[in-house]
Amino acid sequence: MNTETTAPTAPEKKEFWRWQENVWFDETKDWKTAKIVTCGIDVGSVSSQAVLVVDGELYGFNSMRTGNNSPDSATNALAGIMDKCGMKQEDIHFVVGTGYGRVNVPFADKAITEIACHARGANYMGGNGVRTILDMGGQDCKAIHCDEKGKVTNFLMNDKCAAGTGRGMEVISDLMQIPIAELGPRSFDIDSDVEAVSSVCVVFAKSEALGLLKAGYTKNKVIAAYCQAMAERVVSLLERIGVEEGFFITGGIAKNPGVVKRIEKLLGIKAMETKVDSQIAGALGAALFGYTLASKKAAAAAAA
Amino acid sequence: MITAGIDMGSRSVKVVLLEELDVNGAPQLKYGVKKAYIMMPGDMDQDVAAEKAYDEALAEAGLKREDVSAVFATGAGRKQVAFAKEGVTEMTAGAKGAVFMYPAARTVVDVGAEEGRGMKTDAEGKAIDFAGNEKCAAGAGSFAEAMSRALQMSLKEFGEASLQSDKSIPMNAQCTVFAESEVVSLIHSSTPKNDIAKAVLDAVASRVCAMVRRVGIEGEVVLIGGMVHNAGFVSSLKNAMGVDTISLPDMPEYISALGCAMIAAERQH
Amino acid sequence: MIANYGYKDGSGEYYISIDTDKCIDCAAERACLTACPKQMFEIIEDDYDDQVAWIKKPNCRTLAYDCADCKPSSGYTSLPCITACTPGAIKHSW
Repeated sequence: MNTETTAPTAPEKKEFWRWQENVWFDETKDWKTAKIVTCGIDVGSVSSQAVLVVDGELYGFNSMRTGNNSPDSATNALAGIMDKCGMKQEDIHFVVGTGYGRVNVPFADKAITEIACHARGANYMGGNGVRTILDMGGQDCKAIHCDEKGKVTNFLMNDKCAAGTGRGMEVISDLMQIPIAELGPRSFDIDSDVEAVSSVCVVFAKSEALGLLKAGYTKNKVIAAYCQAMAERVVSLLERIGVEEGFFITGGIAKNPGVVKRIEKLLGIKAMETKVDSQIAGALGAALFGYTLASKKAAAAAAA
Repeated sequence: MITAGIDMGSRSVKVVLLEELDVNGAPQLKYGVKKAYIMMPGDMDQDVAAEKAYDEALAEAGLKREDVSAVFATGAGRKQVAFAKEGVTEMTAGAKGAVFMYPAARTVVDVGAEEGRGMKTDAEGKAIDFAGNEKCAAGAGSFAEAMSRALQMSLKEFGEASLQSDKSIPMNAQCTVFAESEVVSLIHSSTPKNDIAKAVLDAVASRVCAMVRRVGIEGEVVLIGGMVHNAGFVSSLKNAMGVDTISLPDMPEYISALGCAMIAAERQH
Repeated sequence: MIANYGYKDGSGEYYISIDTDKCIDCAAERACLTACPKQMFEIIEDDYDDQVAWIKKPNCRTLAYDCADCKPSSGYTSLPCITACTPGAIKHSW
């Protein structure tokens, strides 16, 4: 007879909105032989990234959820990648902080806005043909124009309203009880096209989504209606600054094809492809700024 | 003559039956049975709810549908009220009803679950100017409702709690969704619940006030809509508007339905 | 650079744009700073080391309300900030 009893376990509270965290570094390179090692830290509202750049080239990154404390998030993000490649903080010549928590990166040599950093990062990731950048972050949405050097020529940002931000997507993933990474693929698994949810406000869109479910829509169709609304919303923001060829998408939302493909359809432009994780654009740009600044510093020191 | 006004709001439908009496040749208004049918989100279709609330109000008044000369509808969902003869805007209805209750009222503030607006009215209860917002939850009752949920309080308790606070903590988030996280972090940082409640209601009041300022504040100020029941909000609104008194009708949710029934009566002459 | 400060929400689009090229060598002696009754303008050093005006951060999320006094719903004719900025760097989207 089996006398063993299993203790009742509390049902696991699923966090449908969470993206996976990840670390990567380029094993073909050796940072120890590099002249200048710089680091960019992007402390966003939802996720934090640390990017290492050696001699102006991407070397490695770590992307993780932002904790309650910005300075800790910055430290942890950097520690995550340094541990992987056996680096210590004193090996880094210049650190640039960006993102909404940029002033809270205790070890940063300089803070630069995420607008400038995203443009610079996108210019590296997508090449000097990038002209229009859309960044959809956790709590904001940015539309940026830049020149061939990655210098910003026009920008706007929206961090007042959750509609059109990653947060808006998290709300729907929670409401539907579907992991956030599945939302995009599911939004295309529908039998007929759907119109966008009409409310812009996430609070009202939520009630509208519930109403649609009640009216007999499948979850996938509701998700499609929501993705369509998100795309329309972002496109209307983009139109304020205009869209030029060389369209590049950064931030977490770039991983949601349900929104990206709908944006492309509305604009009639395909977004440029990149092999690099789209979420690191800001931190990468920061690290590249760091490289320029560190090079100037080294040149000045050599001249003296 | 009996007319009916139906206010089809986002969360509830309100019905007012109005009787016009001929006293010595001069028409006098008497508003009678009111019946509200509160809808929960997604609970019921608006047209079904309107029928149901209307029939219940008639039954309570001992009337039949044919006794009513005209049914007018107002509110965001007024087009869903299939049996209404005409529809009037919330501004027209709200101003009319508010001036009937308070003849000196010239500034009418209407804050319901999903919308907030300010109106300027003349002595006849005709809305001259208005500024409102019904597309963003932050300037309406649902903002306060979402935050009270985060504090695990009813909206009423939330209002009372805010009256216990004399602190002014500014809220950074302007969006309901973002503000929820801000409230959670305030809770985590052990900010007293009373102070959080006041911060939230001050924030809604300042947004509503900014809308009212666009039309200008003059004469007696009347607040209508469900937020009248929230004493904390009323106090925050007084502060924000810089006025000593705001007139609060007894049944604030019904004022637009009442105004709507009055307009229905006027148009039968 | 055209810098757009503000937001878009369910109720509308509210952006104040500043053309930094016209702003860098201000010919109006930074008159925007005092012209705005809410004192929303501030001179900062941007990411490209230029001294330019921007809208203070908290105001970027409350523009529709902050500008309400200068924009009565019955209509407005001229805005103090735009009038003060003689180089024509400031524009409102609404």
